[in-house]
Amino acid sequence: MMTPLNGFLFISALLFAIGLGGALTRRSAILVLVGIELMLNAANLNFIAFWRYGPHPEALTGVLFVIFSIAIAAAEAAVGLALIQAVYRHAKTTDVNELDAMKG
Amino acid sequence: MTAPFVILAILAIAGATAAMTLRKLVHCALALAVCFVGLAGLYLNLNAQFVGLVQILVYVGAVVILIVFAILLTRHDELPAQTSRTRIAGLGVSALVFALLAWAVTAGGAKFGAAGTQPEAAIKDIGSALMQRYVLPLEVVGLLLTAALIGAVVIAMEEKKSK
Repeated sequence: MMTPLNGFLFISALLFAIGLGGALTRRSAILVLVGIELMLNAANLNFIAFWRYGPHPEALTGVLFVIFSIAIAAAEAAVGLALIQAVYRHAKTTDVNELDAMKG
Repeated sequence: MTAPFVILAILAIAGATAAMTLRKLVHCALALAVCFVGLAGLYLNLNAQFVGLVQILVYVGAVVILIVFAILLTRHDELPAQTSRTRIAGLGVSALVFALLAWAVTAGGAKFGAAGTQPEAAIKDIGSALMQRYVLPLEVVGLLLTAALIGAVVIAMEEKKSK
Protein backbone atom coordinates (compact mmCIF):
# COMPACT_ATOMS: atom_id res chain seq x y z
CA MET A 1 0.00 0.00 0.00
CA MET A 2 1.56 3.29 -1.11
CA THR A 3 0.39 6.25 0.91
CA PRO A 4 1.20 9.66 -0.65
CA LEU A 5 3.93 10.18 1.95
CA ASN A 6 5.60 6.91 0.95
CA GLY A 7 5.60 8.01 -2.67
CA PHE A 8 7.44 11.22 -1.84
CA LEU A 9 9.88 9.39 0.42
CA PHE A 10 10.65 6.92 -2.39
CA ILE A 11 11.30 9.75 -4.86
CA SER A 12 13.55 11.38 -2.30
CA ALA A 13 15.47 8.14 -1.65
CA LEU A 14 15.93 7.61 -5.39
CA LEU A 15 17.15 11.19 -5.84
CA PHE A 16 19.62 10.75 -2.97
CA ALA A 17 20.93 7.48 -4.45
CA ILE A 18 21.35 9.08 -7.91
CA GLY A 19 23.22 12.03 -6.38
CA LEU A 20 25.45 9.74 -4.31
CA GLY A 21 26.20 7.50 -7.29
CA GLY A 22 27.08 10.51 -9.43
CA ALA A 23 29.27 12.11 -6.76
CA LEU A 24 31.17 8.84 -6.32
CA THR A 25 31.61 7.91 -9.99
CA ARG A 26 32.00 11.11 -12.02
CA ARG A 27 35.48 12.52 -12.64
CA SER A 28 34.69 16.20 -13.07
CA ALA A 29 34.81 18.16 -9.80
CA ILE A 30 31.84 20.28 -10.98
CA LEU A 31 29.70 17.17 -11.37
CA VAL A 32 30.70 15.95 -7.92
CA LEU A 33 29.31 19.25 -6.60
CA VAL A 34 26.13 18.71 -8.65
CA GLY A 35 25.72 15.30 -7.03
CA ILE A 36 26.00 16.90 -3.58
CA GLU A 37 23.34 19.48 -4.56
CA LEU A 38 21.04 16.62 -5.59
CA MET A 39 21.50 14.92 -2.21
CA LEU A 40 20.68 18.20 -0.42
CA ASN A 41 17.52 18.54 -2.51
CA ALA A 42 16.47 15.00 -1.62
CA ALA A 43 16.70 15.96 2.05
CA ASN A 44 14.63 19.10 1.39
CA LEU A 45 11.91 17.04 -0.30
CA ASN A 46 11.78 14.81 2.78
CA PHE A 47 11.34 17.84 5.06
CA ILE A 48 8.47 19.21 2.98
CA ALA A 49 6.76 15.81 2.68
CA PHE A 50 6.91 15.24 6.44
CA TRP A 51 5.66 18.80 7.06
CA ARG A 52 2.69 18.21 4.73
CA TYR A 53 1.68 14.82 6.14
CA GLY A 54 3.05 15.11 9.68
CA PRO A 55 1.05 15.72 12.84
CA HIS A 56 1.73 19.46 13.42
CA PRO A 57 1.84 21.33 10.10
CA GLU A 58 0.80 24.63 11.68
CA ALA A 59 4.21 24.92 13.38
CA LEU A 60 5.85 25.42 9.91
CA THR A 61 9.05 23.73 11.14
CA GLY A 62 9.64 21.78 7.94
CA VAL A 63 9.11 24.78 5.67
CA LEU A 64 11.44 27.01 7.67
CA PHE A 65 14.11 24.32 7.87
CA VAL A 66 14.01 23.99 4.08
CA ILE A 67 14.28 27.76 3.61
CA PHE A 68 17.40 27.86 5.78
CA SER A 69 18.76 24.75 4.07
CA ILE A 70 18.33 26.35 0.62
CA ALA A 71 20.20 29.45 1.79
CA ILE A 72 23.07 27.34 3.12
CA ALA A 73 23.16 25.20 -0.05
CA ALA A 74 23.43 28.35 -2.16
CA ALA A 75 26.36 29.56 -0.05
CA GLU A 76 27.97 26.13 -0.33
CA ALA A 77 27.62 26.11 -4.13
CA ALA A 78 29.18 29.57 -4.42
CA VAL A 79 32.19 28.72 -2.26
CA GLY A 80 32.57 25.26 -3.84
CA LEU A 81 32.62 26.59 -7.39
CA ALA A 82 35.06 29.35 -6.37
CA LEU A 83 37.32 26.63 -4.93
CA ILE A 84 37.08 24.68 -8.20
CA GLN A 85 38.09 27.85 -10.07
CA ALA A 86 41.10 28.36 -7.80
CA VAL A 87 42.16 24.71 -8.08
CA TYR A 88 41.71 24.80 -11.86
CA ARG A 89 43.91 27.88 -12.18
CA HIS A 90 46.60 26.08 -10.21
CA ALA A 91 46.41 22.54 -11.60
CA LYS A 92 44.84 23.21 -15.06
CA THR A 93 42.35 20.38 -14.59
CA THR A 94 39.10 19.62 -12.78
CA ASP A 95 39.61 15.85 -12.90
CA VAL A 96 39.29 14.61 -9.33
CA ASN A 97 41.48 11.59 -10.14
CA GLU A 98 44.45 13.84 -10.85
CA LEU A 99 43.89 16.24 -7.94
CA ASP A 100 45.54 14.01 -5.37
CA ALA A 101 48.14 16.31 -3.81
CA MET A 102 47.57 18.80 -1.00
CA LYS A 103 50.92 20.45 -1.72
CA GLY A 104 51.24 22.68 -4.76
CA MET B 1 -0.72 8.44 -6.72
CA THR B 2 -2.21 11.32 -8.67
CA ALA B 3 -1.25 12.15 -12.24
CA PRO B 4 0.58 15.43 -11.43
CA PHE B 5 2.68 13.66 -8.82
CA VAL B 6 3.69 10.94 -11.29
CA ILE B 7 4.57 13.43 -14.03
CA LEU B 8 6.60 15.69 -11.70
CA ALA B 9 8.36 12.73 -10.10
CA ILE B 10 9.34 11.37 -13.53
CA LEU B 11 10.59 14.86 -14.51
CA ALA B 12 12.72 15.16 -11.36
CA ILE B 13 14.15 11.64 -11.52
CA ALA B 14 14.82 11.78 -15.27
CA GLY B 15 16.53 15.16 -14.87
CA ALA B 16 18.69 13.89 -12.03
CA THR B 17 19.64 10.73 -13.93
CA ALA B 18 20.55 12.73 -17.04
CA ALA B 19 22.55 15.23 -14.95
CA MET B 20 24.63 12.41 -13.54
CA THR B 21 25.08 10.31 -16.70
CA LEU B 22 25.40 12.64 -19.73
CA ARG B 23 28.92 13.12 -21.08
CA LYS B 24 28.91 16.84 -21.92
CA LEU B 25 29.02 19.08 -18.84
CA VAL B 26 26.69 21.75 -20.26
CA HIS B 27 24.05 19.12 -20.96
CA CYS B 28 24.41 17.97 -17.35
CA ALA B 29 23.79 21.52 -16.10
CA LEU B 30 20.64 21.87 -18.25
CA ALA B 31 19.34 18.48 -17.09
CA LEU B 32 19.94 19.66 -13.52
CA ALA B 33 17.70 22.67 -14.21
CA VAL B 34 14.96 20.28 -15.41
CA CYS B 35 15.35 18.25 -12.22
CA PHE B 36 15.05 21.37 -10.04
CA VAL B 37 11.92 22.51 -11.90
CA GLY B 38 10.39 19.08 -11.28
CA LEU B 39 11.25 19.35 -7.59
CA ALA B 40 9.70 22.82 -7.42
CA GLY B 41 6.54 21.34 -8.93
CA LEU B 42 6.57 18.64 -6.26
CA TYR B 43 6.80 21.34 -3.56
CA LEU B 44 3.83 23.16 -5.09
CA ASN B 45 2.01 19.82 -5.19
CA LEU B 46 2.69 19.51 -1.45
CA ASN B 47 1.06 22.91 -0.76
CA ALA B 48 4.38 24.61 0.00
CA GLN B 49 4.02 27.47 -2.49
CA PHE B 50 6.71 29.68 -1.00
CA VAL B 51 9.32 26.92 -0.98
CA GLY B 52 8.46 25.95 -4.57
CA LEU B 53 8.98 29.50 -5.80
CA VAL B 54 12.17 29.90 -3.75
CA GLN B 55 13.41 26.63 -5.29
CA ILE B 56 12.93 28.04 -8.80
CA LEU B 57 14.47 31.42 -7.88
CA VAL B 58 17.50 30.12 -6.01
CA TYR B 59 18.27 26.82 -7.71
CA VAL B 60 17.18 27.30 -11.32
CA GLY B 61 17.93 31.01 -11.29
CA ALA B 62 21.18 31.12 -9.36
CA VAL B 63 22.84 27.76 -8.67
CA VAL B 64 22.45 26.33 -12.19
CA ILE B 65 23.66 29.60 -13.72
CA LEU B 66 26.63 29.54 -11.34
CA ILE B 67 27.42 25.98 -12.46
CA VAL B 68 27.15 26.99 -16.12
CA PHE B 69 29.62 29.82 -15.47
CA ALA B 70 31.99 27.45 -13.69
CA ILE B 71 31.82 25.12 -16.72
CA LEU B 72 32.49 28.02 -19.09
CA LEU B 73 35.49 29.23 -17.08
CA THR B 74 37.22 25.84 -16.93
CA ARG B 75 38.57 24.00 -19.93
CA HIS B 76 37.34 20.46 -19.91
CA ASP B 77 38.48 17.97 -22.46
CA GLU B 78 36.31 14.89 -22.66
CA LEU B 79 37.31 13.17 -19.47
CA PRO B 80 37.52 9.43 -19.93
CA ALA B 81 35.03 7.47 -17.88
CA GLN B 82 36.01 6.43 -14.40
CA THR B 83 37.80 3.09 -14.14
CA SER B 84 35.35 0.24 -14.01
CA ARG B 85 36.39 -0.78 -10.50
CA THR B 86 35.65 2.67 -9.06
CA ARG B 87 32.44 2.88 -11.05
CA ILE B 88 31.16 -0.49 -9.86
CA ALA B 89 32.08 0.34 -6.26
CA GLY B 90 30.31 3.72 -6.43
CA LEU B 91 27.18 2.34 -8.05
CA GLY B 92 27.16 -0.54 -5.55
CA VAL B 93 27.34 1.85 -2.60
CA SER B 94 24.53 4.03 -3.96
CA ALA B 95 22.34 0.99 -4.75
CA LEU B 96 22.94 -0.28 -1.22
CA VAL B 97 21.96 3.13 0.24
CA PHE B 98 18.81 3.19 -1.89
CA ALA B 99 17.87 -0.35 -0.83
CA LEU B 100 18.31 0.59 2.84
CA LEU B 101 16.25 3.78 2.48
CA ALA B 102 13.49 1.98 0.54
CA TRP B 103 13.36 -0.72 3.19
CA ALA B 104 13.11 1.91 5.93
CA VAL B 105 10.31 3.72 4.07
CA THR B 106 8.23 0.58 3.52
CA ALA B 107 8.88 -0.78 7.02
CA GLY B 108 8.23 2.35 9.04
CA GLY B 109 6.76 5.13 6.91
CA ALA B 110 3.09 4.21 7.14
CA LYS B 111 2.46 5.55 10.65
CA PHE B 112 0.94 8.74 9.31
CA GLY B 113 0.41 10.03 5.84
CA ALA B 114 -3.29 9.57 5.21
CA ALA B 115 -3.98 12.92 6.88
CA GLY B 116 -6.95 14.60 5.29
CA THR B 117 -6.00 18.11 6.37
CA GLN B 118 -4.56 20.52 3.83
CA PRO B 119 -1.97 22.53 5.75
CA GLU B 120 -1.29 25.99 4.40
CA ALA B 121 2.03 27.79 4.62
CA ALA B 122 0.87 31.34 4.04
CA ILE B 123 3.73 33.71 3.26
CA LYS B 124 2.47 35.99 6.05
CA ASP B 125 2.87 33.18 8.60
CA ILE B 126 6.33 32.31 7.28
CA GLY B 127 7.35 35.96 7.53
CA SER B 128 6.14 36.37 11.09
CA ALA B 129 7.78 33.09 12.12
CA LEU B 130 11.08 34.27 10.58
CA MET B 131 10.83 37.59 12.41
CA GLN B 132 9.76 36.22 15.78
CA ARG B 133 10.61 32.63 16.62
CA TYR B 134 13.43 32.13 14.11
CA VAL B 135 14.99 35.58 14.18
CA LEU B 136 18.34 34.37 15.57
CA PRO B 137 18.81 31.67 12.86
CA LEU B 138 17.84 34.30 10.29
CA GLU B 139 20.59 36.62 11.51
CA VAL B 140 23.09 33.76 11.49
CA VAL B 141 22.13 32.86 7.91
CA GLY B 142 22.61 36.50 6.94
CA LEU B 143 26.09 36.43 8.44
CA LEU B 144 26.84 33.12 6.70
CA LEU B 145 25.75 34.47 3.31
CA THR B 146 27.91 37.57 3.78
CA ALA B 147 30.88 35.40 4.70
CA ALA B 148 30.23 33.11 1.72
CA LEU B 149 30.00 36.11 -0.62
CA ILE B 150 33.31 37.57 0.56
CA GLY B 151 34.95 34.15 0.80
CA ALA B 152 33.95 33.14 -2.74
CA VAL B 153 35.37 36.38 -4.16
CA VAL B 154 38.60 36.05 -2.17
CA ILE B 155 39.10 32.41 -3.14
CA ALA B 156 38.39 32.93 -6.85
CA MET B 157 40.43 36.13 -7.08
CA GLU B 158 43.57 36.09 -9.22
CA GLU B 159 46.63 35.51 -7.05
CA LYS B 160 49.17 38.31 -7.06
CA LYS B 161 52.49 37.29 -8.50
CA SER B 162 54.49 38.74 -5.61
CA LYS B 163 57.65 36.70 -6.08
